[in-house]
Amino acid sequence: MFEWLILGVIAIAVLFVIVVYNGLIRIRNEVDNSFAQIDVQLKRRNDLIPNLVETVRGYAKHEREVFDSVTRARSALLSAKTVGEKARASNMLTETLKSLFAVSENYPQLKANENFMQLQEELSGTENKIAYSRQHYNDVVMEFNIRIQTFPNNLFAGTFGFTKRELFAAPEEERKVPQVKF
Amino acid sequence: METLFEQVRSNKLRSYLMFLFFIILLGILGAVLGLVWGDVNIGLFVAVFISILYSFFAYYSGDQLILKMTGAREATKKEFPFLINTVEGLAIAAGLPAPKAYVIDDSAMNAFATGRDPQHASITVTTGLLKVMKREELEGVIAHEMSHVQNYDIRFMMLTAIMVGLTTLISDFILRSIWYGGKRGSSRRGVHPAIILIGVFFAILTPLIGQLIQFAISRQREYLADANAAVLTRYPPGLASALEKIKKDPDPLVDNANKATAHLFISTPFRDRTDFVTNLFSTHPPIDERIKRLKAM
Repeated sequence: MFEWLILGVIAIAVLFVIVVYNGLIRIRNEVDNSFAQIDVQLKRRNDLIPNLVETVRGYAKHEREVFDSVTRARSALLSAKTVGEKARASNMLTETLKSLFAVSENYPQLKANENFMQLQEELSGTENKIAYSRQHYNDVVMEFNIRIQTFPNNLFAGTFGFTKRELFAAPEEERKVPQVKF
Repeated sequence: METLFEQVRSNKLRSYLMFLFFIILLGILGAVLGLVWGDVNIGLFVAVFISILYSFFAYYSGDQLILKMTGAREATKKEFPFLINTVEGLAIAAGLPAPKAYVIDDSAMNAFATGRDPQHASITVTTGLLKVMKREELEGVIAHEMSHVQNYDIRFMMLTAIMVGLTTLISDFILRSIWYGGKRGSSRRGVHPAIILIGVFFAILTPLIGQLIQFAISRQREYLADANAAVLTRYPPGLASALEKIKKDPDPLVDNANKATAHLFISTPFRDRTDFVTNLFSTHPPIDERIKRLKAM
């Protein structure tokens, strides 16, 4: 009788661990998947940039400084490996692209160029997708981190190799307090 | 507020209940019709058979029918890059596959989402809306529609549209068939007046029930989708300002909208949205109240 009781308790404990383990695997895959989504958008933006720089250069030859900083930020992103590096490089690229578009404001002919307008829409669309994929990724990561740090999951999360994931940091300006109108 | 998981579950449950309700209702109608025409069982059997068949049709092709009825056409990336980018972006935010984007060539500002699940969903906007909205406003509108997609509102709303549409047709048909059938019958064998009464009762009741369902589901649903949209964009003023613009739309009438599809839209697609009676029986919550709630977030 007593042996059965012990066996029962063990069986329940094993079942519990299995359920928790599967849950953690599921959400870790979600984390990986949502990071891949950011990567897709980062790559998309990187692919658009050479074309954009060429188009702008056609109208604004002597804005060399801006072109250089865009190109540098782009290659920095290409060589970034970790989440933190990618986030920093991506945010820098966002900033330099902003100054590129700010510069192009001074060239009415460029602004009227159809190719340029298309690229501008594509780039701001992609910037938005980066922001949204970052938002989704950070939500999932936060859930994952909470999951592996709370009791009782924290008892065996480490044993199974689940470690805390890094958030994809937002650009500086977005961290400022948003304007609230009353 | 219900969690997303609870919303999905309740929408799935409601969809099943809708099927059941629809099949039972049509079954009773069929039985009454059978009584009038002589055989209850055949009437019942035929009605149940047809309603099950129709339920399958509604589930798998309802969205296509709705898109046809509203005159929507698929939006290409070439023609509407702004729309496609926004839809794709918010699908990413919601962690969903990107729904197909459609447009209706209409100057009224409106939008709706339909489909049976997030994997088979579409979002439609009018060209009038696209013309007027700025990026963050369109994002608000699309986020609102994306919320309907995400929590399976689209499934239940699509079934409601397709089934209420048919019950209205059928009750029309019954009223007529009793009218003419009764005339013919009275000269030969005489139909029992009670049967006619039941028939008329059902014929009037059915579309009424359908309407009631639509009212009941829509209002709360719109508030919830507004709130979820704010979660997706993290920027409630975008949708609030979009709703302001929709409110001031001088010609809100979407030409191809009808009673069966009205509840799908983000804002009521008919005229006269301000008077008291319309509000009381409207499928949509008052737009001012929605704006107020968004601004309070």
